[in-house]
Amino acid sequence: MLVNPPILALLIFSALASAMLLYSCVYGIRIIKGWNIKSGSEYQLSLERRTYLISTIINYVFVFQLLSFFVFIYTADQLHTVFAGAMCAAGTLNLNEWGYRTVLLKFLTCVFSGVWLLINYVDNRGYDYPLIKKKYGLLLLIAPFALIEGVVQGLYFFGLEPDVITSCCGTLFTSENEGITAGIVSLPRLLVQGAFFGTLALTVLLGIAHLRRRILRGYPFALSSIAASAASAVAFMSVICLFFYESPLHHCPFCVLQKGYGYIGYPIYFSFLAAAVSGPAIAVLDPLNRIESLKTVVPSVRKRLIWLTLGAHSLFAGITIYEMIFSKFQLQ
Amino acid sequence: MRWIEKQRNILDFTLGSLLRRRGKSLALLIVYSLVIFMLASVIFFTHAIKKEAAVVLEGAPEMIVQRLIAGRHDLIPKSYADTIREIKGVYAVNGRLWGYYYDPTNGANYTLMVDSDLNDTAGSIVIGKGVARNLPGDNYGAIPLKASDGSYLFLKVGGILPAESELVSADLILMSEKDFRRMFGIPDEYVTDITLQVRNPKEYTTVATKISQLLPDSRPILKEEILRTYDAVFDWRAGILIVILLGSILAFLILAWDRSAGLSVEEKHETGILKALGWETSDILLMKFWEGVAISLTSFLVGILAAYVHVFFFASGLFEPVLKGWSVLYPEFRLTPFIDGYQVATLFLLTVVPFTIATIIPAWRTATIDPDTMMRT
Repeated sequence: MLVNPPILALLIFSALASAMLLYSCVYGIRIIKGWNIKSGSEYQLSLERRTYLISTIINYVFVFQLLSFFVFIYTADQLHTVFAGAMCAAGTLNLNEWGYRTVLLKFLTCVFSGVWLLINYVDNRGYDYPLIKKKYGLLLLIAPFALIEGVVQGLYFFGLEPDVITSCCGTLFTSENEGITAGIVSLPRLLVQGAFFGTLALTVLLGIAHLRRRILRGYPFALSSIAASAASAVAFMSVICLFFYESPLHHCPFCVLQKGYGYIGYPIYFSFLAAAVSGPAIAVLDPLNRIESLKTVVPSVRKRLIWLTLGAHSLFAGITIYEMIFSKFQLQ
Repeated sequence: MRWIEKQRNILDFTLGSLLRRRGKSLALLIVYSLVIFMLASVIFFTHAIKKEAAVVLEGAPEMIVQRLIAGRHDLIPKSYADTIREIKGVYAVNGRLWGYYYDPTNGANYTLMVDSDLNDTAGSIVIGKGVARNLPGDNYGAIPLKASDGSYLFLKVGGILPAESELVSADLILMSEKDFRRMFGIPDEYVTDITLQVRNPKEYTTVATKISQLLPDSRPILKEEILRTYDAVFDWRAGILIVILLGSILAFLILAWDRSAGLSVEEKHETGILKALGWETSDILLMKFWEGVAISLTSFLVGILAAYVHVFFFASGLFEPVLKGWSVLYPEFRLTPFIDGYQVATLFLLTVVPFTIATIIPAWRTATIDPDTMMRT
């Protein structure tokens, strides 16, 4: 176990967030069981008040979750100094089986909480809370993710044993324990680049078509946005990062977060995360449009969300394409 | 624009109402700032001293070879240096002579080291600032050092080391090889340890493996490992200190919870009137949000500034002995100020986030009470 301030901060935050989510779930269950908007009973009134509390809690937890995501990655990156052979977060996350799982779970929690907040936002604008039961049903699905994430993160940190000089031997003869997902890296470059640019172009086209109501359904746009996010992630690891590192063999997705690269990784990660949250959320809006009390709300939300998705993808593409063109390193 | 205008008005109102309850707000602010100050001091100090250790070790040899006998560090024969020199890629192999000396007159430990520049002027030494501070008077003259055979060696102070390197040199005494061997009775064919450089940094571990195969009773230590150990040790100390301080964070959270849960009569009236005037529950929650932001940001700023002054101008007087370790002749030094977003984010996660979470439920309680009952109380 490694005890240092950021690790403690992350563990404490996870414990608090889990406690708050559990608390919300208890009331979520009560709302699913006993909600009756037509009733004027004391119980219904108290439930209506609770909804304010729960959406406030989730709002805060989501924002802090985002912060903790970045602090976690940065911490993993910083830890490489205490482990032999690790050069960045890629090495330290690989120290035990829980590192990458924590990153994945944190990412999923962010995506789900984002979608939940969107539904909550739309629902609060309908006079009769049309989505209340679905919303709390979804909350019951999200909470376990956050709880498991807290546990997995704990397992990761508790399993770390720093490589320090012990009295018996000075030098630790460890081999380099950095391993990169070889499958992604060895994909053919043209295929990856084609998929990256293709899905991006498709997403922009579908987004504009959806904005102009040429395509009424949101699913095509949402699907292509998800595909573009996935293609971005793969392309980043296999091709794009090479331009940042100016080296044909360095495929690490985490080194860009370091100071040596001007922390350019943070805007890249942020735009990726924004696109990954807002893209799928468009698909959620489609069925909501059929609800009477939301007819006026959904179109304006949809419009903003499409712009947000397009903006996030463009930011990601903008930074990476700029680097691909102006980097001193070129692939021939 | 209307949205910004609304937030601005609510913030304006919140600040006004915080000022009206000056005493109550101030008490919370002070405790909050104090908690942040303590944590920030620990975090800043650890970070700065880790940097300092890295700077100090920059000039250190890449690899040191020691000899172990029965698990203890022992003198190493000079002939080992010749064996090491044979390994390909190794250069600058040197034997070092150094040791510690306990000075009973003032209870301090000195580090004694041979400097080859002094070999021609036996009988003369160069001392660090810390040693000089411990000597009476300004004119140092000669220092008596007790040799291993019980006799005294009187060594003339030929110079004082510059202050820049005080972290490494405070307790240092440099002397000639002849004086050193006489003092400790070390035979000519032995040295304390051997330092070496390797041309290709990627070969460090290979060379280390070769050395331990050729000289099975030796222990190679890499500079990189010393740094890693320092990093881990300082991190660990800071972590332990924060675990201890967790008690005070918890106490503070309970205070914050209590403060925002136990509303005064005026506050209840105020909220009641606001609601009667048409403020919605969400507006009151928004007001409470801005209240939290105002209090947190003020305390955060005050706490961080105070910690900055404490660590970088007053050398972290409160926590220094715990974090740095302790010794009679500890160097006096000013740490290089260094704060980055990561440290601030860590502090934020440790303080503002728990504070905010602790005050959500009380804030919501206030926001949802009936205006009628509130005005009646």
